[in-house]
Amino acid sequence: MSKYTEEQLEKELKNKEYEYGFYTDMKSDTIPVGLSEEVIHIISAKKNEPEWMLEWRLQAYRVFIEMEEPEWANVTYKKPDLQSISYYSAPNSKPKYDSLDEVDPELLETFKKLGISIDEQKKLSGVAMDVVIDSVSVATSFKKTLGEKGIIFCPISEAIQEHPELVKKYLGTVIPQNDNYYAALNSAVFSDGSFCYIPKGVKCPMELSTYFRINEGGTGQFERTLVIADEGSYVSYLEGCTAPSRDENQLHAACVELIALDDAEIKYSTVQNWYPGNAEGKGGVFNFVTKRGICEKNSKISWTQVETGSAVTWKYPSCILKGDNSVGEFYSIAVTNNYQQADTGTKMIHLGKNTKSTIISKGISAGKSQNSYRGLVKIGARATNARNFSQCDSLLMGNECGAHTFPYIENSNSTSKVEHEATTSKIGEDQIFYCNQRGIDTEKAIALIVNGFSKEVLNNLPMEFAVEAQKLLEISLEGSVG
Amino acid sequence: MSFKDHILSSFIALENEVDTNSYVHHIRNEALNDFEQLGIPQRRDEAYKYTSLKSLFNKEYVLFPKKETSISYEDIKKYLVHQIDAYRVIFIDGIYSSHLSQTTHDKFDVCLMSSALNNPKYAAVIEKYYNRLATKDGLTSLNTAFAKEGAYLHINKNIAVEKPIEIVYFSTGNEAQLMTQPRNLVVVGENSQVQVIERHQSLSDNAVLTNSVTEIYAAKKSLVDWYKIQNDDLSASLIDHTFVAQQDHSEVRMHTFSFGGKLTRNNLSFYQRGERCNSVLNGVTIIEGKQHVDHSTLVHHTAPNCESFQEYKQIFDERAVGVFNGKVLVDKIAQKINAYQQNNNILVSDTSTINAKPQLEIFADDVRCSHGCTIGQLDDEALFYMQARGIPKKEARALLMFAFANSVLESVKIPEIKSRITKLIAMKLGVEIGFDL
Repeated sequence: MSKYTEEQLEKELKNKEYEYGFYTDMKSDTIPVGLSEEVIHIISAKKNEPEWMLEWRLQAYRVFIEMEEPEWANVTYKKPDLQSISYYSAPNSKPKYDSLDEVDPELLETFKKLGISIDEQKKLSGVAMDVVIDSVSVATSFKKTLGEKGIIFCPISEAIQEHPELVKKYLGTVIPQNDNYYAALNSAVFSDGSFCYIPKGVKCPMELSTYFRINEGGTGQFERTLVIADEGSYVSYLEGCTAPSRDENQLHAACVELIALDDAEIKYSTVQNWYPGNAEGKGGVFNFVTKRGICEKNSKISWTQVETGSAVTWKYPSCILKGDNSVGEFYSIAVTNNYQQADTGTKMIHLGKNTKSTIISKGISAGKSQNSYRGLVKIGARATNARNFSQCDSLLMGNECGAHTFPYIENSNSTSKVEHEATTSKIGEDQIFYCNQRGIDTEKAIALIVNGFSKEVLNNLPMEFAVEAQKLLEISLEGSVG
Repeated sequence: MSFKDHILSSFIALENEVDTNSYVHHIRNEALNDFEQLGIPQRRDEAYKYTSLKSLFNKEYVLFPKKETSISYEDIKKYLVHQIDAYRVIFIDGIYSSHLSQTTHDKFDVCLMSSALNNPKYAAVIEKYYNRLATKDGLTSLNTAFAKEGAYLHINKNIAVEKPIEIVYFSTGNEAQLMTQPRNLVVVGENSQVQVIERHQSLSDNAVLTNSVTEIYAAKKSLVDWYKIQNDDLSASLIDHTFVAQQDHSEVRMHTFSFGGKLTRNNLSFYQRGERCNSVLNGVTIIEGKQHVDHSTLVHHTAPNCESFQEYKQIFDERAVGVFNGKVLVDKIAQKINAYQQNNNILVSDTSTINAKPQLEIFADDVRCSHGCTIGQLDDEALFYMQARGIPKKEARALLMFAFANSVLESVKIPEIKSRITKLIAMKLGVEIGFDL
């Protein structure tokens, strides 16, 4: 490779095919398509759920049918027909595994393709892993090690059976059933997800991780994640997603609830790489996710996300800073290419005194994609000395894409300080010139600039993920670095 | 009777007064239909998310004041920038006052909308420009439906208007509840320059609602320098829509000073239609009590190599509510744009509120767009520094606030306006200042 120009980079971006678009042929247990109270009864029955859980789901369903699909987001797509989706698809009929030997070999093959060979990871990285394929949790590793510390990390379906008091107490407290259209849908039909509880004063010794994959055609993925960090505890949680290439759009509507009690800290990292559709914009996953955390006194929630996949992304990981001195952080890189659309951002709701929040959002748009940042910073009248800093930068590659920012700032407190800044630019010729002048060739300069552009966010990812994220950042820097 | 019904019946009354076969009346009819469909904007409309118009439109306003009121120059002198010679177009309760005005038809037209609408001499200009820029939304359409009076400025090619033009709307309070709907049209020809001062002023504490629409066309290489002084009585509310279309190399500078009024909504829309235009949107807002000021700006870049600068400095005390909704839209072909937007706010009291939404929507890649928005307080250390040197706290605070707003004040080109604004700010902050900014 002689010279690496921006055009080449652009071209490379355009041609880059989805690497994870394989389909695993596994026996799966899918219920008929459609949405009705009956379907909810079936899901609940299949899960052996207690009565209260079924009631909770039905409550959500009743709210849901009264709601209308929202249209305010800056995205255009054909609304998914909720009656043509199957709401339950479990790989294999075996309910649980005690060891990896029992796992369907094809499933293991899937993991290998995903590059997350469980046993290897077990030994090398020390990451405890929960894998959710087509909405059912298939493997949770390291359960014993965690169990010794009193940490509960299991599929949420299991938690409903074994720790009903915790689930009952916290489920739906951050995202109520009637929160929004897709959250209501999720509450009604969620089939699995992860549950995590860190007891008082425990620092989780390893990264907890969940891997989501939509496998079966015509199914939707509706997982529900609930993370509770009890007083003084710490946990770092990772989440990754992929889906096979399909022509039709698949729906992913998840809910993630984080609860950080006094002095606790939760770090939640996501690498989202759902199938984005092909170069003509056909197929791809609709990623409509509700993520929210609540912070009690002196606690901290930090969201880090790398969004590279999905045809349409629509998500706003948020923090409710309820307790005094609590801290919320949001670091995001969103890359859109071809016909992808992303409308993402965060909400920081300051209610307690001396609350602090930081928002760093980096958007990179290429091809014919649209990338929007939409955020809310709200300072309540009682949030004395609240502090917020927001920075949203967009990088445009090519003249057919768009970058948008919609920051909402609502402040009713005179002791608070809010700063917001946003810039939009392309890789400046002057920046490249500056590098050239100092003996750095164009190829390296672009790598340097893109790297620098996303560094603030990448730095916040745990090591294992940072490597993968960099790879995923579709900005393939191969041949330009080193 | 609901406000809408009241409007519909008033329209019939209007038809008795005007020529119903004219070009303009067709526009009025269309606009009335649009208004019937669109209605008054509600909180659920994104553009009015933070500003409720409910309290304004639950009254039965008189739309056509009967009595003509004689007001002497002495009564209104203090509201005019009287120290300077100026063309003046003055309206009392929406009706043109010839004895207070000074208009001209020599070389260029500074006159009345009503005469421009009715005189065949102006038909070509009216057909080319009138209502071509105003967008269809409830309140603009409402204005268009009832528009018959306002200022008409038409400056031909290569003319630098030698003195400022002052457009002032007074309301006397003869009617308990008055609604006026002024309509201004400004056409500035190639290579021409003009300075305009616009003001709406209530002379009593009766409720007044002004729903104003202004269309400004700036041809190639023209320069328009516009000052909106909003220091109305606390019973008066203003909804202002100003639309600006710019051609190659033109520059339009819009200054909005909002100190008074119960509820003020400023909709400023700039459409850059030629290359190398420059748009400047500056504003200072200082309000307290239960005042509400909403700035909603749009700069739409549709041509390459243009610039836009927005700077809004705002101070809120007591229970005041401020809204800043700034939008920069860059089309795909509008490469090499430099768009800048800055919105700084100071909340003085715990009960004041600011809601800001600075938006960027960008479809071109070779651009520099940035916006910044801050909300904060006066620096305690700076206050202490001044107090330690014998400057009382009140004055020290005022000094800091002056410094805060100064960057906008510095861009005011007419010295008399600058000193007047300075005095207004001093009054607003309750201090005597012994310096001229």
